Amino acid sequence: MYNEKDINEQIAWAKINEDVLRSMENPRKAYWLAVLICILMLACAAFAEYIQYTTGMGPANLNNPHMWDMYIATFVFWIGMSHSGTLLSAILHIIHADWRKPIYRFAEAMTTFSLMTAGLFPIIHLGRVWNMYWVLPYVSDRGHWPNFRSPLVWDAFAISTYLSASMLFLFIGMIPDLAICRDNARGWRKKLYTVLSLGWTGHDKQWRNFRKVYLLMACFLIPLAVSVHSIVSADFAMSIMPGWHVTTFPPYFVAGALYSGCAAIITLFVLLRYFFRFEEYMTTPIMEKTCKLTFAIAMVWTYLNLVEFSSVWYGHDIYNKELLIAKATGPYAWVFWTMIFCGSVAPFALAVQKLRRHMPTMFVVSLLLNLGMFFERWMIVAPTLSMSHSPHQWDIMWGSIVEWAIVFGSFGWFGLLFLVFVKIFPSVSMYEVKEMVFHRRRHLVNEDAAAKFHRRKDDAKSASGEPGLEGA
Amino acid sequence: MSKHCVMGLFSDFDEAFAAISDIRKTKVPGVSVDDVTLKSPIEHPEIEEILGERPVHVQKFTLLGAIFGVTFGFFFLSGAQATFLVQPQGGKPVVPLPSNFVLMYEMLIFFGVWCTFFAFLFLSGLLKKRHTLYSEKVSLDQVGILIDVDEDCLEPVKNLFKQHKAVEIREEVIK
Repeated sequence: MYNEKDINEQIAWAKINEDVLRSMENPRKAYWLAVLICILMLACAAFAEYIQYTTGMGPANLNNPHMWDMYIATFVFWIGMSHSGTLLSAILHIIHADWRKPIYRFAEAMTTFSLMTAGLFPIIHLGRVWNMYWVLPYVSDRGHWPNFRSPLVWDAFAISTYLSASMLFLFIGMIPDLAICRDNARGWRKKLYTVLSLGWTGHDKQWRNFRKVYLLMACFLIPLAVSVHSIVSADFAMSIMPGWHVTTFPPYFVAGALYSGCAAIITLFVLLRYFFRFEEYMTTPIMEKTCKLTFAIAMVWTYLNLVEFSSVWYGHDIYNKELLIAKATGPYAWVFWTMIFCGSVAPFALAVQKLRRHMPTMFVVSLLLNLGMFFERWMIVAPTLSMSHSPHQWDIMWGSIVEWAIVFGSFGWFGLLFLVFVKIFPSVSMYEVKEMVFHRRRHLVNEDAAAKFHRRKDDAKSASGEPGLEGA
Repeated sequence: MSKHCVMGLFSDFDEAFAAISDIRKTKVPGVSVDDVTLKSPIEHPEIEEILGERPVHVQKFTLLGAIFGVTFGFFFLSGAQATFLVQPQGGKPVVPLPSNFVLMYEMLIFFGVWCTFFAFLFLSGLLKKRHTLYSEKVSLDQVGILIDVDEDCLEPVKNLFKQHKAVEIREEVIK
């Protein structure tokens, strides 16, 4: 049994500033290499998009019945990835789980960048990207409006609301840290942080308003995050296609989103801990807590899968049932079983304490979990389109090289945004870690004082001959 | 008589709070706790007890933003739908409430969040010109007490700060 603390409460505040600010300076060779890899990945996607833009949707293999495929599966994947950062940060903030403090900043950044990546896919999928603004409700002289009954329009509203709210949540939470950066920076950084810190001085009025605003934002973000993925699920569930017209889709999507987001937090946790030497902040007990949370969500996701399978099995809808059998035994069977293995079996590694404490193992497991979640999204989109109501339309689809290149490049885009973020903004919240240290130190002092008080009281009682608890 | 601003920097909250307690006990005539501003690297949980209740009004703007969002959402959507009769309705109502509720909900949050943010900017005095008595040590690990005082109260305040082991004392003339 390990009995470690989430954080060493004796750590000096000045050291916290120093360690985090150091992580933003002097990028090492490994950093530039990572940036180069991300740029190359992005270049692949840009080239593929250029081919698609100039040729049309043919190179992407999008046709009838495969009007949605890899792009929409990847869109759902990135939307899902965006869920954990802000949602978990908001929930843990409201329930006063202070172990979130060293890890929430990069998780929130992950949310923002995942959304920025996800938002690209419906646009890429349009083909005619120059018409993307048609989804927005703008006043036109022809009096045309988008169809507000369509879940695709709901998507546009929900994602833009979630993106702006997540960015504000990330930004507001970062203001006191930006002031620290302003006070320690020189040159262009000083100018940037001076503008972004909005004149923060640590004034008691600023702190009081800040706390209230942060709490209000958290309260808004929890239902918003749930609504966003429910709306994404409505893209499917509002149709009458077999495999999509499922009542449990909204909670299933939300659980899947939380799951993949948590797995991504573990991946980035290990990377940041290793590359930025954040061992004192991203500690093993915090990793253990994150893993336990991920395991719990994995089991919810597994349960919802079972509910879906069993309701289809006993539902007597022949199309749905045939599709379920085809998923498990047909051409997509290897994807299905890999999804089940990665999504429902691999997370049991998170339940083993020894494995939870081993960072390289957790890194590999987190990648496996996200592989499973990517396959889950593929299994939602592709089989239904491949084996729908009309057998004459049945067609198996694996995605073209253009689609794969754009999906591959999206990871480069996300990685590049994240890499730029961690060098410009503090990836660990300095003021909140200080608060965590401060509260824990106070708690320790109070405990010591209480222990001394009780010891003195017991001594006095034994001296006066009064019976203690044992005697009573 | 000139008006001065004096700032004492303390190495911890305990000393700073002790100094504020003394001000509360009117140990410095002519200076009240309402004149005191505390600057700190973190928000102390007991700051309300020391400085007294100082109300925060930001939530009122949040409520206004949310109400505006949901109302605007309803009228905007139904207005657009009511004037777009070219679109086939398929026997469904022109203004379908269930699907509009989804978008009204999103607009409630959108406007609520942005109103909260702008209220935060204005109510917490951000974007104002920074006081020249700001010390970078406040963002590191020290706690600052800032008081605007008349010239005759300047020395007693400085003495009080010294008595409570202020690490540094700065002052400037403001009027």
